[in-house]
Amino acid sequence: MKALRNYIDKIKPHFEKGGKLHMLHSVFDGFETFLFVPNHTSRSGVHMHDARDSKRTMILVVVALIPALLFGMFNIGYQHNLAIGIDPGFWETFIFGLLAFLPQLIVSYGVGLGIEFVTAQYRGEEIAEGFLVSGILIPMIMPVDTPLWMIGVSTAFAVIFAKEVFGGTGFNVFNVALIARAFLFFAYPSHMSGDQVFVRTAGTFGLSNPQMIDGMAQTVDGFSGATMLGQLAITDAPNFTEFSFHSITGGQASLMDMFLGFIPGSVGEVSTLAILIGAALLIITGVGSWKTMLSVFLGGGAVILLINQFAANAIMGMPPLYHFVLGGFAFGAVFMATDPVTSSRTEKGKWIYGFLIGALAIAIRVFNPGYPEGMMLAILFMNAFAPLIDFYVIDGNIKKRLKRSAIKNHERV
Amino acid sequence: MKIELLCFPEIKESDFLNKNSFQFKQKQVIYMASRIKIKKGLDIPLMGEPQERFLGEVKSDLLKICPEDFTGVTPKLSVKVGDEVKAGEALMYDRNHPSVKVASPVSGIVTAIERGEKRRILNITVERKDENEFVDYGVKNALSMQPEEVKESILNAGLWFFIKQRPYDVVANPDKDPRDIFVTGFSSAPLAPSYDFILKDQEKDLQAGLDALSKLTKGKVYLSVSPKTKSDALRNAKNVVVTEFEGPHPAGNVGVQINHIAPVNSGEVVWTLNALDVAVIGRLFNTGKVDLTRLVALVGSEVTKKGYYKMLIGTSLNEVLKTIPKPDDSRLRYISGDPLTGRKIDENDVLRAYSSQITVIPEGNNTHEFFGWATLSPTKYSAGATYLSSLISKLNPNKRYRIDARLKGGRRAIIMSNEYDQVFPMNIYPEFLLKSIIAFDIDKMIHLGIFEVAPEDFALCEFVDTSKLEIQRIVRTGLDMLRKEVE
Repeated sequence: MKALRNYIDKIKPHFEKGGKLHMLHSVFDGFETFLFVPNHTSRSGVHMHDARDSKRTMILVVVALIPALLFGMFNIGYQHNLAIGIDPGFWETFIFGLLAFLPQLIVSYGVGLGIEFVTAQYRGEEIAEGFLVSGILIPMIMPVDTPLWMIGVSTAFAVIFAKEVFGGTGFNVFNVALIARAFLFFAYPSHMSGDQVFVRTAGTFGLSNPQMIDGMAQTVDGFSGATMLGQLAITDAPNFTEFSFHSITGGQASLMDMFLGFIPGSVGEVSTLAILIGAALLIITGVGSWKTMLSVFLGGGAVILLINQFAANAIMGMPPLYHFVLGGFAFGAVFMATDPVTSSRTEKGKWIYGFLIGALAIAIRVFNPGYPEGMMLAILFMNAFAPLIDFYVIDGNIKKRLKRSAIKNHERV
Repeated sequence: MKIELLCFPEIKESDFLNKNSFQFKQKQVIYMASRIKIKKGLDIPLMGEPQERFLGEVKSDLLKICPEDFTGVTPKLSVKVGDEVKAGEALMYDRNHPSVKVASPVSGIVTAIERGEKRRILNITVERKDENEFVDYGVKNALSMQPEEVKESILNAGLWFFIKQRPYDVVANPDKDPRDIFVTGFSSAPLAPSYDFILKDQEKDLQAGLDALSKLTKGKVYLSVSPKTKSDALRNAKNVVVTEFEGPHPAGNVGVQINHIAPVNSGEVVWTLNALDVAVIGRLFNTGKVDLTRLVALVGSEVTKKGYYKMLIGTSLNEVLKTIPKPDDSRLRYISGDPLTGRKIDENDVLRAYSSQITVIPEGNNTHEFFGWATLSPTKYSAGATYLSSLISKLNPNKRYRIDARLKGGRRAIIMSNEYDQVFPMNIYPEFLLKSIIAFDIDKMIHLGIFEVAPEDFALCEFVDTSKLEIQRIVRTGLDMLRKEVE
């Protein structure tokens, strides 16, 4: 530690004003503060500060994502094995998933942090930590088979046009990771939904290569890569009781499978259990708002129960529990809706904001034939309305204050 | 907010809040019936609490008065270098309100007037004479005086600076009539001195001061006390409305108390004081002298001998501070006041005007913490649960932390929400008020309640802020700019 510190102190002057590497001072500062807690002391106001800072809070979100990430990676391998009909054991399954996912993570961090470094340097500011979270979220909400260049392009688009043009971390209106997904969703819809993208049938890095016929991986008989919500969207079952979910090989899929996450889907969203572990960490540490999370489920639940009364097809009759464990509902509620910058910032507002996200997500799922999943659009839509919700919450406080003054002034007369 | 009414169950919470339906003109006992419980806030478990013991009197040959302490006052000198002054004679006055003066704490000769940039007066030095001569303002009983006479007496004696006003949190404008006067009878700040201990033997002065204040307003004088106070002088003070405030810091902040008792409306002015300063005003009426002696607590994790010293405002602290051992390779931070709102001073500086506490904490500027954002170290204190300290504090409520002066993070835009609200027990949205100040949107600032707040009310917000913003400075700047704009 001491040697490292001495080395940093030695090279530091080069990056300060007038030094020959001043053009890289933000990057240097980023690495220095990553290694060592900055030691400048307070000049005005309070003489001591709480130990938590932006780095600590962001890193905790990343830690909360790890259970979902690990399970999701395992599930890539697991679904792949099912699809091509092999069983190489736990570790090989996990490593397959890891290798399939890692390049996406590297591209996302590489592109995003690169842009962050450049803009921080351009503005002469410190590097903000916001992208630590966005960078891991982006590959976690993309289908497994998304090409790397798409991840790169969408990340660049999201970071530049959803964040930096507004002024950087803390000023963005929309959730950066969701903008990246939305960009691809509308630009390359065939790569973002359907039954071809959520299960990796091809090999990765020479590992577990299936037989190829005409450039198509050879899968087991009866294979279908449709997600559970995808199955619901195309079913002609007249009601939910006559409908049954099936796994990618055609067997029955139980509610427990869906809760644990042995179903096709994006890395982050599949295991509701892993998401709940992350949610617990966010709530205990106070980094994520339990009010937002709970109200998303309340809003979703309320709309589902209402729709269940008028069920005219399978998805309209699906009970709440299925809705909650399928698709990105839980993941969106826990990790996306709670983004403090784009969410409502007042406590009352969070209840309204979350409730409407849940309600809208379900409404899109059930009534929009084009989109089997509605979470992304619901959250982005409510991101736009969060300031309006806050405006009315604050306005209530203002009106109370004005009324109080008016009564007082009236009495004086 | 929850109000517990101890012995008058038939009085409803709404009655208490609505001053008009609940008559306070009955016996004193009724006043004691009200207790307001504050839930939001934070008691920082800081190492170095004062021990209740008297360690002696500190005297210095040179005393300094620093005009920057008197917020809102544009200083003009009443003396020149070489002038002889008595204790209680004015050293300076406010250019905008020449009746507002600042008294000399001792008799002696003005030896220096130090000026800074743009000839701003930094301090006025008085060299003490062997025998302290006081200006005789005459022993008076405020209760039998006219309000104007009481006001004159305090103004003439140069003690008016103890009275502050909301809006703007500046030294009160004596030309305005305050709606009410609020006095806080305790401090809840970290390592705060015990008012019970300091006010012992000053009971009569405190009551005389409160009597004087009761003459200065057509409204009421509200005295807020801690539920723990044993001081009879505070608990059973006369001619005032006593309210108990229970809960964590900032329950002792007068701004919080005003917000819960009777908030400041636009167009109104209230005056605020601290019970320790009220006793100094009372001393003027009881003895006819301006005696700026205070009992000051020396506290903080670095102080080896913690306790109370008697000293005058402006006394050089060098004698006391040099006794504190300094580790070889690190510096100490000396604060006149509490560690959240006090003023940073150096070893040779003096006791500032409003301080009853000198705090010494490590500066920490040569600490290099490796991978601090990943640490699980139990010695790092955080109010939130992202560090182990929250768990440790739950298991062991007596655990105390040694906190240094580092920011412990980089400055960022506001990212986390609900951080400020958790330590801001007022019916105000702190984050939105701050944003309106940064944007200098005057209408929004007023609508969101800037007239009700002082920078000190935001001190805890600044402490817990993960974005490490200079919140108190933002609020101070906002108040100053607004005052210029409105007045």
